[in-house]
Amino acid sequence: MNKIEKALLEKVSGLHKIPAGAVNIRRNGEIVKRNSTSEIEIVPKTDKSGIDIFVKPNVVGKSVHIPVLITVGGLDDLVYNDFYIGENADVTIVAGCGIHNSTCNTSTHNGIHCFHISKNSKVKYFESHVGEGEGSGGKVLNPITKIYMESGSQMHMETIQIEGVTSTIRKTFASLKDNAKLMVTEKLLTTDFQTAKTQFDVNLLGENSSVEISSRSVAKNYSVQEFKSNIIGKNQCFGHVECDGIVLDEARIVSIPKIDAADNNASLVHEAAIGKIAGEELTKLMTLGLTKQQAEETIIQGFLMGDN
Amino acid sequence: MLKLENISYIVEEDGLNKTILDNVSLTFEDGKTYVITGPNGSGKSTLVKMIMGIETPTTGNIVFNGISLDGLQINERANLGISYAFQQPVKFKGLKVRDLLDAATGKSNDFKTLCNYLSAVGLCARDYIDRPLDGTLSGGELKRIELAMAICRKSKLNIFDEPEAGIDLWSFENLTKIFRSLGEATNIIVSHQKKILEIADEVILLKGGRVEKVGKYKQVLPYIQNNQCDKLRGEHE
Repeated sequence: MNKIEKALLEKVSGLHKIPAGAVNIRRNGEIVKRNSTSEIEIVPKTDKSGIDIFVKPNVVGKSVHIPVLITVGGLDDLVYNDFYIGENADVTIVAGCGIHNSTCNTSTHNGIHCFHISKNSKVKYFESHVGEGEGSGGKVLNPITKIYMESGSQMHMETIQIEGVTSTIRKTFASLKDNAKLMVTEKLLTTDFQTAKTQFDVNLLGENSSVEISSRSVAKNYSVQEFKSNIIGKNQCFGHVECDGIVLDEARIVSIPKIDAADNNASLVHEAAIGKIAGEELTKLMTLGLTKQQAEETIIQGFLMGDN
Repeated sequence: MLKLENISYIVEEDGLNKTILDNVSLTFEDGKTYVITGPNGSGKSTLVKMIMGIETPTTGNIVFNGISLDGLQINERANLGISYAFQQPVKFKGLKVRDLLDAATGKSNDFKTLCNYLSAVGLCARDYIDRPLDGTLSGGELKRIELAMAICRKSKLNIFDEPEAGIDLWSFENLTKIFRSLGEATNIIVSHQKKILEIADEVILLKGGRVEKVGKYKQVLPYIQNNQCDKLRGEHE
């Protein structure tokens, strides 16, 4: 890998080098590195582009890295990755895509990830999206995440997109059985004329299933964001959606949360707050000696990088 | 030395001019502790906000160590050596106690240093530095952290707007200890509390936007007791 690719890999997955464990690195639509272990097997699909990842039952404390790098213009990449997590496993999956586009032609990555999470297993899933490069060509990322959770399973999904992505449509669908628990934290920053659309559709099917979705986003300049969520409770269950947005300059954020208690034992909550940075927050930081601009940056950094 | 020269502040309310501060002139000498007191609405908080630059006087000038503060932004005044603790601590989404103390001191502090800052206000750093400065902290905890943020800057001039408000179980004794420990600094404290007034080198009584009396606590006390404000009088009887 060259310098740009190495830097992109680090931004997307936090890796300084190719790790020793289960790994699949995709660059410009082709595989750079694939490695299975005795506990986690990565198998290429035969009918379409993508991989199947099999985590054996009872595998604990292991991780899989599957970053995607795009460093050319004019590429329209489509990949299907399916994860099969065995019973009682506890694993970390690091995905994400970085586009470095120095051309005037748009590059797009459509990553379709499907999780089949077996009984009592736990998954931590990190997904980071980055766009960079001086070219006028778009850097477009359209992830789709489907999550099927069996009884007693847990998943924590952290998804982050900080600047540089020209346009994104991010769709997440989840279906939860008894005692399954899903937590999602999303962090988004858009600038210039970028657009970002997020949609969460969650079906709480099982008794005592629960979902917590927390989205924090900052829209600067003329960028536009849209947040949609639709949680349906079909049993005794709990759902909570929180969407916090900061708008700066001429930017716009639209939030459309929907909750549907299809069972009268469902308890569903949504909260949404969008607005400018509170004047008193700026004033406080300025009394500590920060300029208005430094105060704004500090508040945004904390808002996006702090714990939700 | 801080000098307030003929400070007036007039606002428009329902089409009429309302005078909040009326030609206030005061001198604050280096190293002394001043307590500004007075009934609600007498202009105490507005006056100290003007020193920090949070409010701008309609007329008058403020001079700090020979430099006119006229036209200077809040952060420029902070960097000249003025600290300010708010009456109502500001909450942040995502910023942690550590982030704020680092911002206040302009550097990344190690655990021991943060521990010193927080233990001065009776908090254990281990329990607090990674907590977000938001509604998960009680009013009293937020207030103590607010004080720590002001004190850790080691400024020449410290302004505390009603530092006792919401100090939960923590005692006034501890609060007065803090003010005594600030060494060479000049302190301006807005307060109603007798115990805080007692530690002042000078008490400034404001009433109706004007300076009613300046002097030692015992000299000002009769004027406070004659004051029509029940709450204030109650504190001092």
